Formats: sequence, C-alpha cells, structure tokens
Amino acid sequence: MAQKEDFEQSITQTAEPKKKKSDRKSDRFSLALDFRRNTELYFIFIPVLLYYLFFHYFPMYGAVIAFKDFAPSRGIAGSQWVGFKHFISFFSSYYFWPLIRNTLVLSISNLVFGFPAPVILAILINELRSKSYARVVQTATYLPHFISLVVICGMIVQFTRDNGWITHLLTLFGMPRQTMLNNKDLFVPIYVISGIWQESGWGSIIYLAALAGIDQDLYEAAEIDGANQFQKILHISLPGILPTIVILFIMRVGRIMSMGAEKVILIYNAAIYDTADIISSYVYRRGIIGTDWSFSTAVGLFNSLVNFILVISVNTLSRRLTEMSLW
Amino acid sequence: MRKLTRGEQIFNIFNVLFLFLMIVISIYPMLYVFFAAFSTPSAYMRQGGNKLLFCPVGFSLASFKAVFKNPSIWTGYGSTIFILAVGVPINIVFTMIGAYVLSRKQLRIRRFLSLLILFTMYFSGGMIPIYLNVRNFGLDGSLWALIIPNAINTFNLIIMRTAFEEVPDSLEEAAKLDGASQLTILFKIMVPLVVPTIAVLILYYAVYHWNSWFNAMLFIHKREKYPLQLILRELIIQNSSIFSSELSTSGAEDEMISETIKYATIVVATVPILAAYPFLQKYFVKGIMVGAVKG
Repeated sequence: MAQKEDFEQSITQTAEPKKKKSDRKSDRFSLALDFRRNTELYFIFIPVLLYYLFFHYFPMYGAVIAFKDFAPSRGIAGSQWVGFKHFISFFSSYYFWPLIRNTLVLSISNLVFGFPAPVILAILINELRSKSYARVVQTATYLPHFISLVVICGMIVQFTRDNGWITHLLTLFGMPRQTMLNNKDLFVPIYVISGIWQESGWGSIIYLAALAGIDQDLYEAAEIDGANQFQKILHISLPGILPTIVILFIMRVGRIMSMGAEKVILIYNAAIYDTADIISSYVYRRGIIGTDWSFSTAVGLFNSLVNFILVISVNTLSRRLTEMSLW
Repeated sequence: MRKLTRGEQIFNIFNVLFLFLMIVISIYPMLYVFFAAFSTPSAYMRQGGNKLLFCPVGFSLASFKAVFKNPSIWTGYGSTIFILAVGVPINIVFTMIGAYVLSRKQLRIRRFLSLLILFTMYFSGGMIPIYLNVRNFGLDGSLWALIIPNAINTFNLIIMRTAFEEVPDSLEEAAKLDGASQLTILFKIMVPLVVPTIAVLILYYAVYHWNSWFNAMLFIHKREKYPLQLILRELIIQNSSIFSSELSTSGAEDEMISETIKYATIVVATVPILAAYPFLQKYFVKGIMVGAVKG
C-alpha cells in the first residue's frame, strides 16, 4: 500500500534530525535553504496550516477543560484545575457501564450483521449472468445511500409507529402492535437493519471492483479442472477479495468505540435511553444541552483516547498477522 | 461454456429472484413516500395509514400545496443553497492548495506536515471542545459556522494529494523554467489534469453540506436561518404542527393532513437529489475507487 510506505517513511523522516550533532547543523541549514527555495509553497500553505491549527489543534488544546472546572466567563486558561475529578465521577457514575455496554452492543451488532452484507451482495451480483440486470440491481441498491440521514430517520420513525406499514407488516408475523421505537429491545435491531438497508448496496461497490480485478483465467482454469459455480466462489472469488475484506474489517474494528451520535439522536427518545443512549449522545446531552462542559469533555476525551488506542493497536496487530494495514 | 448442473441452475434462479427482492426492498420505502404524498389526506388516514401502498389512495395535491405554503421549506432551501454556493468553492480551493503543497516532493518538511494533518483523522478534541472553539471564533449563530470549521475534509485532501502526486514532475519543472509561479502551476497546469478527481470532491463536499444537520443544530438558533435538513427534522421527526393551523379549522382534519404533509415534505426535499442521482452515480462510484486505491 502506498500509504503505508508514506507513513513509515514519514516516521523515519521525522525521527531523522535526532541522529548526530554535526548533522543537525546541516539539517537546519538545508531547512532554511528549503524555505528560501520554496517560499511560495510555504506561503500558500499558510491558510491550510491555520485552518488545521484553529479548527483541529485548538480544540485539542481545549480538551484540557476535562481537567478543569471550566467556566466560560473565566476562559480555558483561567479556569481552576481539578485533576481527574470529572473522569473519576464519570467512571463511578451510574451511567458508565450502561453507556459502554450500549455503545459496544450497537457497534458490534452493526459490525457483525452490517459487515458481511455488502460482501454477500457483491458476490451474488457478480454471479448474475445478465450484466444489464446486474446494473439494475446496483442502481436500485445504491439509491438509499443518496437519501439524507434526516430523511432516512424520518422514514424510520414514521414507518415503525403504531400505525406505520412496517409495524403493520410485522404484526402479521405475531408482533404486538406498538410504536416500535418506544420499545427498548427494538432499538438496536432497527438501527442495524436500517443501516444495512441504507449502506449495503453502496458498500458492495468496492467488493465488486475487487471481483472485477480477479484474473478471468483463474475461473477458466478452474472450470477445466471441473470446478462448479460454488467451488469457484469459494476458492477463487472469496480469496480474491480477501485483502479488501481484511483492510475494511480492520478499519471497522478500529472504530468500534467511535459510534457517531447523529443517527442515534435522530431516532431515540427518552423512553429507550436504557439501550439507545451511547457515549456520544450522552456527551451531547450532558454538554451541549446541559452545559456541563468539563464533565462532558472528560467523557468525550476518554472516548477519543480509547478510539485512538484501538485504531493504533488494531493496525499494528494486523500488520503483524496479515502484513496488511492502514499505514 | 459447459452445461450448468442442476444445483447451479437452481442457484441462479434463486439468485435472480433474491436480488429482485433486494431491488424491491431498496426502493419500496421511497415509493411508499411518493404514494402517501399524493394521496388524499382523509382517504390515506382512513384506509391507507397502516397498510402497504401500491398506488396513492385517491389522488390529491393538497399536501404539496400545504408544503409550498410553508415558508420554512423555502428559507431552508435558501440557507442550504447559500452553504453549498459558498462552502463548496471554499472546500475545493483549500483542499486543492493543501493537497498540492503536500504532494511536492522537494519540500523537506512535507512528511512532518502530512503527519500533522493525518493525525487529525485519528484524534480529535471531541464534540464539546470543538463546539466551544467555534463559539470562541464568534461564529455562533452564523451560517459561516457550518462552512469555515469544515473547510477541509482530511480524507478528501489525501485523495486530492494522490491525484497531484501522479502528475509527472517534468511538467512542474518545465513550467518553472518558463518562470511560472507556484499558483500559476497549480491552477493553470495541475488543475486541468486532475479534473475528474475535483469533480468527485465537489460531489463529496456538496453531499456533505446537503446532508449535514448536526452542526446546524448546534450553531444556528434562528428558524429562518435553519438549513433544509434541520427544517426537515423538525417537520418530519419532531412532529411539529406548524402546518395545521393555516389549513383547516377542525382538529381532526389537521391530524389527517399532517400525516401526508410529512411525506410530501420528504418528496420536496429529496426530489432534487433523486433527479440528479442517475447522472452523478458514476462519479460517486469513481470516487469510491479513487479513495480506495490509495486511501
């Protein structure tokens, strides 16, 4: 992977200036020379650098309010340090374990059921004899991806109300008539299934491209050896897209604790916080609505750190085991 | 080709049927929305409400009339169009400049700058510090709060950087010998060579702005400034009954029309995207590949 090399080089490059004292001097000299030679490039980069500084690194500094009792009137620097007070109060709070559990349950269910769906869809589409029919299937299954999240969630809420058509359909199979999103046991299935519905088609594109990249000679050779359709899927198609599957799986596992709040906030309600409330939606309610700035920042920072560690370790692990990694 | 075995034939038939089912499942919810939106409100409530629909119940444009009478749909469209018209060019210019500089191999601190930027993909200050930061910049309450803090998406920047890296170095050197400045090289020589990537990124950023509502919920407090998606959330999800009073006198009637109005609202807010979709699909697909190969 090109990016992997990039990143490895970047690490060795940044580590380079520490080499020797005599080298350092020439490094500094060439850096000055570099500035002089590429003044223009550095100059036009200033807005970009300022953007990252102002809107990415400032908030990282701003996260120190997790260790303070932040009061907007006193500002970040002027607020009192309180150490790990907010972290301790979060870890020992009643909400801690339920939030961790809900976040993990939601995201692992999403992974377990949502991840294989596009792989299977891509293989099935690939097996179609008629290419024009395959195109129709693709166009139709991509469609939900293009509908905005708010509209998707609006449809979910409407269709699963006690008089919605999905509810109606399920009552035919014995489910009691109910507003499904008021039932805490149904939140995770609704979230996961609607996600599969919206993103499987779109997610299959990348696997279809990988399938298209498999050498057709392999299939012909297998056919001559007497392999049937299923054996070809099992022994050629699947191994052919395995690298893609692995790399996408790594990405998903690395993000397992970083569930975004948006969809949850759109479809949950106070009646089902027991199962529906995840870390990010809790941060939103405590912080933005409750203006409990420092506490919610601490919760968010804890979450960011866990995410960061997860991404790094999953990536390292996969590099050791499979020689495939994001960088 | 050899003859298919019995098992394979059965599999192929089931495969075709199964994927047909997938087509239906993918598009039916949207079809239902259309059917409900064009239904006569009272008839929909009486007989349609909880069943599958295969065509509108009766036919009426009453719901659409109500939607178009609602000023917030128009102000919503207005805000969203403003964000798109101003935001996307800013996105593209910033992303292009950042990506171009980071793609120049002669730059000694290129690796360091790349690392600085890549790091933000994996670690962030979190929702609350970001929110407070935007307020500190005095952007609270302004549509600029949705544009400037999201001027660059790092992932898109990497896609763009990859595209610039693939342009042969000789072109830049030749231009330099002719005395071209870096900005001239970027906009006169590089940009024409990476038009397909730029098209994909325009699309990505446009879709991002079109879909985004969360930041608007955080920073926009006046209803007449709400972008479309926030208005939609209010009308469809939060069950706002802003429509009803204008339309009819009896409460029961309100209840009836408010259901179909929701669907008509969805139609009004989704048709532009669905109309553009067939033309844009291939760019999106191309984009996914660009992002995947060297992401």
